Amino acid sequence: MKEKLVIIGAGMASGRVIEHLVEAAPDAFDITLFNAEPRGNYNRIMLSPVLAGDQTYADIVTHDDDWYAQHGVTCRFGERVVGIDRDQKVITGEKGALPYDKLVFGTGSNPFIIPLPGHDLDGVIAYRDLEDTERMMEMGPDNKVVVIGGGLLGLEAAAGMAARGVDVTVVHIMGHLMERQLDEAAGYLLKKSLEGKGITVKLQANSKEILGDDGRVRALMLDDGTELPCDLLVMAVGIRPNVALAQEAGLAVGKGIHVDDQMCTSDADVFAVGECVEHDGAIFGLVAPLYDQAKVLAQTLLGSEAAFKQKTLSTKLKVTGCDLFSAGDFAEGEGREDIVLRDPAKGIYKRLVIEEDVLVGAVMYGDTADSNWFFQLIKDATPIDEMRETLIFGPAFQGGDTADPLSAVAALPLDAEICGCNGICKGTIADAIARGATDLGAVKATTKASASCGTCTGLVEQLLQVTLGDAFEMPAAQPICGCCDLTHEDVRRLIKSQELKSQDAVWQELGWTTRNGCHVCRPAVNFYLLADWPLEYQDDPQSRFVNERKHANIQKDGTFSVVPRMWGGITNPTELRAIADAADKYNVPTVKVTGGQRIDLLGVKGEDLPFIWADLNKAGLVSGHAYSKGLRTVKTCVGTDHCRFGTQDSTGLGIKLEQALWGSWTPHKVKLGVSGCPRNCAEATCKDVGIICVDSGYQVGVAGAAGMDVKETERLCDVATEQEAIDVTVAFVQLYRENAKYLDRPYKWVAKVGLDWVQARIADLDERARLIEAFELSQSIYRKDPWAEHAKEAARYQPLADLTLEAAE
Amino acid sequence: MSWIDIGPVADIPLRGARKIKTALGCVAVFRTGEDEVFAASDSCPHKGGPLSEGIVHGQSVTCPLHNWVFDLNTGQARGEEGAIATYPVRVAAGRVLIDGAKLRHRSAA
Repeated sequence: MKEKLVIIGAGMASGRVIEHLVEAAPDAFDITLFNAEPRGNYNRIMLSPVLAGDQTYADIVTHDDDWYAQHGVTCRFGERVVGIDRDQKVITGEKGALPYDKLVFGTGSNPFIIPLPGHDLDGVIAYRDLEDTERMMEMGPDNKVVVIGGGLLGLEAAAGMAARGVDVTVVHIMGHLMERQLDEAAGYLLKKSLEGKGITVKLQANSKEILGDDGRVRALMLDDGTELPCDLLVMAVGIRPNVALAQEAGLAVGKGIHVDDQMCTSDADVFAVGECVEHDGAIFGLVAPLYDQAKVLAQTLLGSEAAFKQKTLSTKLKVTGCDLFSAGDFAEGEGREDIVLRDPAKGIYKRLVIEEDVLVGAVMYGDTADSNWFFQLIKDATPIDEMRETLIFGPAFQGGDTADPLSAVAALPLDAEICGCNGICKGTIADAIARGATDLGAVKATTKASASCGTCTGLVEQLLQVTLGDAFEMPAAQPICGCCDLTHEDVRRLIKSQELKSQDAVWQELGWTTRNGCHVCRPAVNFYLLADWPLEYQDDPQSRFVNERKHANIQKDGTFSVVPRMWGGITNPTELRAIADAADKYNVPTVKVTGGQRIDLLGVKGEDLPFIWADLNKAGLVSGHAYSKGLRTVKTCVGTDHCRFGTQDSTGLGIKLEQALWGSWTPHKVKLGVSGCPRNCAEATCKDVGIICVDSGYQVGVAGAAGMDVKETERLCDVATEQEAIDVTVAFVQLYRENAKYLDRPYKWVAKVGLDWVQARIADLDERARLIEAFELSQSIYRKDPWAEHAKEAARYQPLADLTLEAAE
Repeated sequence: MSWIDIGPVADIPLRGARKIKTALGCVAVFRTGEDEVFAASDSCPHKGGPLSEGIVHGQSVTCPLHNWVFDLNTGQARGEEGAIATYPVRVAAGRVLIDGAKLRHRSAA
């Protein structure tokens, strides 16, 4: 006598259960399958390729009518289950009741619809089933679609429609895409490549309301008031297990239908499988665990022993051209270490997370060829200490016993790129070494490898060592100070690559031997952090030299000097009166005209600083940053305004440059000059950036010096327009901010990286635009008057206590 | 000892310092990153630099004028002949207390 098995829901999990059952014991059960949708089981996860047009619905049908008939499955499709009587063991459908011996819930999940105003408008859909997919497939190049949700499903929907030419905008509430599967770096790369497909991505965007006309969706409004017009709005923000029927039937239900390791519910004859279940507190959306559950349930039904265990999961995104993989746990945590490999030129990012010598997580973008190997290491908890140094290069480098960086370099093919900046491959460097370039300097000079950003210096040195053996002596790097073993260059690189965004992260991750650095390294680290992470890291006044902390220059007697900004060296009677009044009021002993075309008030007492600033602020004067490693002055001549030789408005350009650059922190001070003609009255040719105006435009020179060293500027480029002159200057300053060692003036930095490299970066219009954008982002924080802020905190400039009387007793 | 309340500890920045005025010159009160409080002469024995304006690191301060480094426990300059006077200081109920007797003793000396 066959047992009567009734299954509710023809989904992927229940479908797999039936497959197992009919294969292992075709005569054991008399199976009836209810499904509310008017069709059988299809491969739901392949809806995305259907949407993208890569497959058709027919391709993804798992079980067709013939299959069900062949295996004796009674199908009651398009019929809802209306009641279950567990005492009588009878299930009632819309078309009649049916007794069962065993009952299986495969009711799946419902897409979560955010209850925004307007969510019930026509044209607001989820991405769940074939109907949703068909709605999306109706969209074409004339349509706009908004997708809420930057997770796996939302992005597949967006990419599928974008492939059909639809204008798609993804709205995501979090700071990066797929935040549950990806870290920020991979999320960033993903965003970039989706944008490359024409998809607009809005992050940290809060949906407020869905707007409609005549009951049809018209636009999505964000909480900042932005309206995103759309003909279709897809919500892909998650799923909720479908538990309504189980709840009515009186089964134990939490987030999902509670099941034990055998997939048995609170009723011994009722089981559940798939997205509707809750097992050990977890619910399931990815297909791998659902198939595991199906296998366990089939064995349970057939009386064998089996237990479902939750396993580490991996994710791949099914979007053409976005190679992405994530597995395991890649959250940061105590005792966890990262290995990161980036190739910005190729858009590759790989991050491995290691805990106690075992790989626990992996995120990869751009190159996922080795993802299965890494996933295996995670699942097997293989100890990786032996291959740690070369682990990130993948299985190809794990051959021998001596898995060290040198053999990894030795194993690289000759066409492997070593220097990404200059596109120099291993073979070129090896040839140069063979022809007599036996140290780093010679390799740099002959091949340009490591002559730019310097991140590949280590690789080049390893290559020298591999090739020359003992004949090559690894140079000992000069550490920043006694607190650590790393050079400035290493620290900068690691802050970027390991995404270190706090001083504590730097101390910890880079092995500082002191509690919080010293007066040498801490100001440098503070600068590197704020330059690389302008939004995430907050400037720390306690890590700044007194002048930058107090926004005034300390003098040898402990008093300070105050220099208000005079834009381009231009002032007026009102400002001059305010300066004169301040000098009187605060008994300033010395008033001096500086070399940078402004006025220095010397000998101001520390306690008076906030008050003199407040007075100067009232006349519109702001900090001149005469104390900072930042923009100091832009010296100008009068140019075409007054001079009979002037060729361009040099004063106007100077003012614009000063207004663009002021407030920015740089590795060392930055001084500019703009001369209106080659007679060069503004002495621009010994500045960090010096512009000479000529009839045909602007000659932009950089890397001059007039201090301990005297040096003429070198020509960066000639440009025709004032805007280009500003763009090139801003881009140069940002390049300097991103790459230079702390306390290297631009001329020292340019000497290290080479003018050619700087010229190439600035000439690359994409890179120039990126630099300007990055600078503007930073300036959104720093382009403001520190005096105005500090004037409000006058108490901080006063003694903590005055015990003069007390001590005299 | 006679403890004098000189103000809330929160008014001294972490890894920073404030000065207090006394009849015989200023005293610097330091607060380290680990919230320890020290007091010492505000004047560097080298060229008189204001130590309360220096960078505080670990349990040391660096003079802003010429980078002499002082151990705040002992007042001894690192690698130089020279030291600064230190004063007993403690924190109670969020207030910084300095030993007035020691301050006066200095004035008598």
